[in-house]
Amino acid sequence: MILREIADLLDAKVLAGEKHLGVEVKTAFSADLMSDVLAFAKPGSIMITGLTNPQIVRIASIVDNSAILIVRGKIPPDETITLAEELDIPILSTKYILFETSGRLYANGIVGCIRKIEGPGSVVPL
Amino acid sequence: MSREYEVSFPVKGDNFEDAGKVSVEIKRLLKGHGITGDILRRAAIATYESEVNIISYAQQGNINVRVTDDSISINIQDRGPGITDIEQAMKQGYSTANDRIREMGFGAGMGLFNIKNCSDSFEILSEINKGTLLKILINR
Ligand SMILES: Nc1ncnc2c1ncn2[C@@H]1O[C@H](COP(=O)(O)OP(=O)(O)OP(=O)(O)O)[C@@H](O)[C@H]1O
Ligand SMILES: [Mg+2]
Repeated sequence: MILREIADLLDAKVLAGEKHLGVEVKTAFSADLMSDVLAFAKPGSIMITGLTNPQIVRIASIVDNSAILIVRGKIPPDETITLAEELDIPILSTKYILFETSGRLYANGIVGCIRKIEGPGSVVPL
Repeated sequence: MSREYEVSFPVKGDNFEDAGKVSVEIKRLLKGHGITGDILRRAAIATYESEVNIISYAQQGNINVRVTDDSISINIQDRGPGITDIEQAMKQGYSTANDRIREMGFGAGMGLFNIKNCSDSFEILSEINKGTLLKILINR
């Protein structure tokens, strides 16, 4: 799916990076733990989170997320949006909860960055 | 043309607002010096985790990045409490993070493990009540 289709599907507001809505997304990682995003997110994936602080933008930039999708209708502070424009990371905000958001995307062909964690350091890929 | 390059940044403890700023800047600089793809990403992730650890646990620190023809070496030195049991600290899930750190989305006890995963060679030297030195090497 491209970001614009994701925004439509989830009735999401586009808060930053309007010009990147044509970017194709195949994978996602849902987390409120940024340590997990740093450990498991794959380049090009969309980060789905309930956090709104500027750190989420810096982390998206570090792991090469294609966009950030904020759930539960939260609107991030201005500094987060300004930083997102600066670092070229699109931000979408949907009113759906994390579970609904992830489920709707999965039903539309978006899959996780990895499948599961078997044990310390043992990641089961897709 | 030589591809040697070196840069250093100070990091202030407790400065959660700016967490990650230095790492984002280092990633930008490395990219400008021709580092790309998986190697760039691993260097950036290891730097970010280390930066957040300085901010979370130490008074102050310094991140030094040295790029040569065949490697990126990242040394992170801090003045702080040091790590008593390095083996325990390296374990996934072990964390002494406080609420402030957790609120920001950190404190899963994943950081050091992830840094090691991103490195081709990784070493921790620590002295109690003095500080900690992380030596990260990534081959190009
Ligand atoms: N520079 C440091 N100085 C003192 N103690 C540290 C330092 N870095 C890590 N530690 C100790 O090691 C523990 C594990 O660190 P690690 O980075 O793996 O996880 P974390 O910081 O707790 O959580 P995460 O990195 O997943 O957000 C920390 O909780 C802390 O007790
Ligand atoms: Mg950490």
